[in-house]
Amino acid sequence: MGAILKLVAQRLALGLLILFAVSVFITFVVELLPGDTCQALMGQSATPDTLHACRQEMGLDRPAALRYYDWITGMLTGDMGRSLANKTPIAELLGERAANTFFLAGLAAAVTVPLAIILGMLAALFRNRGFDRGVNVVTLTFISFPEFFVAYLLIYLFAVKAGWFPGISNVSASDLGLWERIYRTILPALTLTLVVTAHMMRMTRAAIVNVLASPYIETAELKGLGRWRIIARHALPNALSPIVNVVAINLAWLIVGVVVVETVFVYPGLGQLLVESMSKRDMPVVQAGSMIFAAVYVLLNLVADILSIVTNPRLMHPR
Amino acid sequence: MQRFIRTLAGAPLTAKLGLAIIALYLFTAVFAPLLAPYGERAIVGAQYLGPGPDHWLGTDNLGRDMLSRVIFGARNTVFIALIATMLAFLIGVVMGFTAAVSRGLVDQILSRVVDGIMSIPILIFGLLLLTVFGTSIPVLITVIAVLESTRVYRLARAVGMNIVVMDYVEAAYLRGEGTWWIMRHEILPNALSPLIAEFGLRFCFVFLFISALSFLGLGIQPPTADWGSMVRANASLISFGDPTPLIPAAAIAVLTVAVNFVVDWFLYNVSGLQE
Repeated sequence: MGAILKLVAQRLALGLLILFAVSVFITFVVELLPGDTCQALMGQSATPDTLHACRQEMGLDRPAALRYYDWITGMLTGDMGRSLANKTPIAELLGERAANTFFLAGLAAAVTVPLAIILGMLAALFRNRGFDRGVNVVTLTFISFPEFFVAYLLIYLFAVKAGWFPGISNVSASDLGLWERIYRTILPALTLTLVVTAHMMRMTRAAIVNVLASPYIETAELKGLGRWRIIARHALPNALSPIVNVVAINLAWLIVGVVVVETVFVYPGLGQLLVESMSKRDMPVVQAGSMIFAAVYVLLNLVADILSIVTNPRLMHPR
Repeated sequence: MQRFIRTLAGAPLTAKLGLAIIALYLFTAVFAPLLAPYGERAIVGAQYLGPGPDHWLGTDNLGRDMLSRVIFGARNTVFIALIATMLAFLIGVVMGFTAAVSRGLVDQILSRVVDGIMSIPILIFGLLLLTVFGTSIPVLITVIAVLESTRVYRLARAVGMNIVVMDYVEAAYLRGEGTWWIMRHEILPNALSPLIAEFGLRFCFVFLFISALSFLGLGIQPPTADWGSMVRANASLISFGDPTPLIPAAAIAVLTVAVNFVVDWFLYNVSGLQE
C-alpha cells in the first residue's frame, strides 16, 4: 500500500504544481496586452488623472506578484472581481453557467461512458471481423467531423426538418422542470455524445486489444480455459486500469468540447460565456473562465492518473 | 515506382477513396482562381440569394458567391493548416531529437516544459493566446504550431530514444560525426514512417483546430474565404431550412475523413500488425 500512496501523493503534488503554473500563466499573459484594465474601461475618455485614480482604486499600481496573490485568493474564495462589460460580479455570472455546462456534460457522459465501453469491448473481442471493421470506419468518420458540422447537421435534421427538438437550447428559465430541461439539452448532448463516443470507443478497443495480446492470455487459452472465464478473470482486471484512464481523459476532453457546441446551440454555459467575453475583450471574465476550464481539465487528468494507479492490479499486489 | 503502384492497387477501398479526395482538394486549391466563377471577395448579388443558374450555391450574408468562396476556402484553410503543421513538425522534431540525443538535463527541461503546455486544454490555451496577441494569420500559425509541436515532440523523442541506442549511431559518433549530422542522417531516416503517419494525424487535428477557432471568431478573419468562419457567418440560414452553410462544414469533414482513412491504411501497412 505504501508504494501506491507515495505514487498518488506524487501525482497530487504534480497536479497542484501544474494548476499553480497555469494560474500564473493566465494572469500574466494578459499583462502582455497593450494598455491595462483601466484604459480598457475608460477608452477615449481617459485622462492621466482619472487613469491614476482608477488604477489606485483597482490596485493596478501594486506590484504584479501582489496582484497575482489577490487574484488567486479571490478565485479560491469566490470573489473573482467584476466583468468589464456590465460590472456584474464574475462569480455570479459564472455560477449559473457552470451549473448549466456541468448538466450538459453530465448528460452526455451518462450516455457516452457505458456506450463507448460496451462498443469498445465488442470491437476488441470480435476484432478484424465485419463488426469491428464497420465500427472502425464509422468512428474514424465521426472523429474527423468538426463538432459544429455534427451540431448543425443535427439541427438541420431534427430541429428544422423533423421539428422534434428545439434548435436553440434555451435553459435559462429558472422554473424549468427536469424533463423539459433534458428535452431542450438533447441536441447539444447528442452532438457531444457522437463525437466523444468515437474517441472513447477507439481508445477502449486499443486498451483491451493490448491486454488480449499479452502472453498470460495466451497461456490461459493454452490451459484450455473457457472464453468468458479468460475475459472475466484474466483480461478484465488488467484492462480496468487503462479503461478507467481512457474514460477520465475523454471526460476532460468533453468538458473542453462544450465550448464549440454551446456556441452553436446558444446554450447558456461557461463555454459560450468565454467565447462571448473573448470577442468583447472582457479580460477579467476571460481569465476566470479559462482558469475554470483549465482547472477542471487538469483535475480530471489527475483523477485519470490516480485511478489508473489505484486500479492497476500489479501495483495493488507488489511482490 | 512499380512497387508503389502495386501497393496502391492493393489498398482498401477507403484508402483509395481518401487519396482521390485529397488529390481533388489539392487540385481545387491550386487552381482556385480558374475554377471559381467569381472573385473571392467580390459582392455579386443580393444577400442570401437561393441557389440558381448564376449562383449554384446562392450568395452569402454579404452577397458574395457561395461556390466561389467554398473553392477559395480550399486554398486558404488547407494551406494555413498545412503550413502550421509543417512548422509544428519542424519545432517538434528538432526539439524531440535534441532531447533524445543529449538526454540528461536538456531532456529533462524540454520534457517538463512540454508536459506543462500539454496539461492545459489546447483549445482554451489557443483562444486565450489569440485574444491577447490578436488574430492575424502569422500569429494564428505560430500559436497553433507551438501548441501542436508539443505532441510532435513527444513522439519524436520517444522514437529518437529507441534509435539513439543503435550500433550504427554509436559508429557514427566514433567516426566523429556531429550531433546535427547524426540527427539528420541517422535518426531522421529511421524515424520517418511513424513521423509520416503522425503528420497526417497532426494535420487533421490542426485543420479541425483552425476550423473551430475560425468558427468561434478567433481564427482566420473575414474577408478571407475560410470554411470555419463561413459556417459561422451563414449559420442562421439553417434555421430557415436552407442547408447551404453545411457545405463548407462538410468540406472540412470530408477532407479530415479522407486523410484519416489514408493514415489508417498507412499505419496498418507500416506496423505490419493484423489489428
